[in-house]
Amino acid sequence: MIEKSDVEHVALLARLELSDNEKEIYTRQLNDILGHFESLQKLDTTNVEPTAHVLSLFNVFREDKIDRHLPLEKVLANCPDREEDCFKVPKIV
Amino acid sequence: MSLYYLTAHELHDLLIKKEISAVEINKAVFDRIGSVEDSVKAYLTLTREQAMKTALEVDDLIGAGRPIPPLAGIPIAIKDNICAEGVRTTAASKIIYNFIPPYDATVVKKLADQQIAMTGKTNLDEFAMGSSTENSGFFATHNPWNLGCVPGGSSGGSAAAVAAGEAVCAVGSDTGGSIRQPAAFCGVVGIKPTYGAVSRYGLIAFASSLDQIGPFTRDVTDCALMLNAICGHDPLDATSSTYEVPDFRRCLVHDIKGLKIGVPREYLSEGIDAEVRQVFEKAMSQFELNGAKMEETSLPHLGYSLPVYYLIAPAEASSNLARYDGVRYGFRSEGAQDVVDMFMKTRSQGFGAEVKRRIMLGTYVLSAGYYDAYYLKALKVRTLIKEDFNNAFEKFDILLSPTTPSPAFRFGEKTGDPLTMYLSDVFTIAVNLAGIPGLSIPCGFVNGLPVGLQLMGRPFSEGKLLQAAYTFEQSTDHHKKHPEL
Repeated sequence: MIEKSDVEHVALLARLELSDNEKEIYTRQLNDILGHFESLQKLDTTNVEPTAHVLSLFNVFREDKIDRHLPLEKVLANCPDREEDCFKVPKIV
Repeated sequence: MSLYYLTAHELHDLLIKKEISAVEINKAVFDRIGSVEDSVKAYLTLTREQAMKTALEVDDLIGAGRPIPPLAGIPIAIKDNICAEGVRTTAASKIIYNFIPPYDATVVKKLADQQIAMTGKTNLDEFAMGSSTENSGFFATHNPWNLGCVPGGSSGGSAAAVAAGEAVCAVGSDTGGSIRQPAAFCGVVGIKPTYGAVSRYGLIAFASSLDQIGPFTRDVTDCALMLNAICGHDPLDATSSTYEVPDFRRCLVHDIKGLKIGVPREYLSEGIDAEVRQVFEKAMSQFELNGAKMEETSLPHLGYSLPVYYLIAPAEASSNLARYDGVRYGFRSEGAQDVVDMFMKTRSQGFGAEVKRRIMLGTYVLSAGYYDAYYLKALKVRTLIKEDFNNAFEKFDILLSPTTPSPAFRFGEKTGDPLTMYLSDVFTIAVNLAGIPGLSIPCGFVNGLPVGLQLMGRPFSEGKLLQAAYTFEQSTDHHKKHPEL
């Protein structure tokens, strides 16, 4: 059973500021959704390997040399605030 | 027949015979947009100037007697979660309402190499999370067959644009059915290719192990042309496959004699409309008439695909969407005390309700103490679902099902309860979990609304799906019908 305090904890992890109303809605809905998914727990998966990915993944390497990259001005063009060649944010500590 | 309802291959034939110009084609489509877009609302951004410029270039090539690629000058729409350099790309989210990509997605670049005329960027559910476009951060798209109904989602804008004659083809993305379900609802052809067949570079990520880009077209031949243009290895996508891409046009053969088709009974047991079932059964007999061998089969774990999907996809999304924090692009909330406060306010004001719900769900199932019970469990059941398909494909070339359990629903019908909305994907999501290709083709109507038929195949068997779909299409005329707008 998910409590309102769980929702508050998860919201902080997810960096979401929720209103009281949202907290109540999400508490109810997460319980509904996960309750509906309880059927999974009844399935025996003792010797089943997890599939994180459908392809047999292997590491992709490239030559260690400077390749094409985006021009600095284009990268910075979308940012809400900048100072010289840096993204600017409010104080951290 | 109106120009804007011709297919890409028909238009190409007229172009090379010089019976029509690319500029005329694009004028016809933009005139059509001018007259129906107010009621359909398929587009978030139009790129008319760019399209007309490309059309002129294509006409110059033809005039100079030079050869043109099969899709040159063809008006094609792009879903707005796929980056096009210099063209606003929002994923229908307020959190990146003003984002101008500094680069092209690989599919956009590949289509530009074909000299397509990009008509614009189409509407979707915010970050592709939804089944109706009602979750768009801007407005909902309407189904051209019945403006009171949803076009499906999340690629609802792309599907509606092709159905309404506002584009000849379109590109979408499919994480749990986001191409096939709207293709079914809007009466067009849509395919989710095998995972890894099309590069995801430049696609705004939702659930990276499930996302795949694919086309919307008005017939199977155009689907083959679009796949020819967008498939293939891309060094910029680490999950892009190195398989050799065939010429899909060669798969357009009117013959399925001896093709072994399985019909998983799980698709016909629960929650399917009686009328959709009737239309589906009629389609099955058409396949039999064409010489296919039909047999009932079973995917025993299919019923678990909905919970598995709605644990895995939100988990991956919660991680992918962590990047929207107001630092490098998009919306930033003003007046925050410090940087964490800025993150929290930006994300709370920028994301819509469904996106927040999925981030919450995904963060919860990945959080300490719940990971094994939910996320790891889902990954294990994903293995069982994949094995079910492997077993079925030992016996069958293709599996067949309705694309959706019911035709397009009305606005507001499923917005009250997220689970009800999630259930509208119930027939399409297993294909993404298994990574196999799935194609939806029009197969009839119920109360004036289109019904889709889903063909599923082994990994990289798109050619076989096209051949079966082509044979069906040549024996029927559903694809020749257009909505009255």
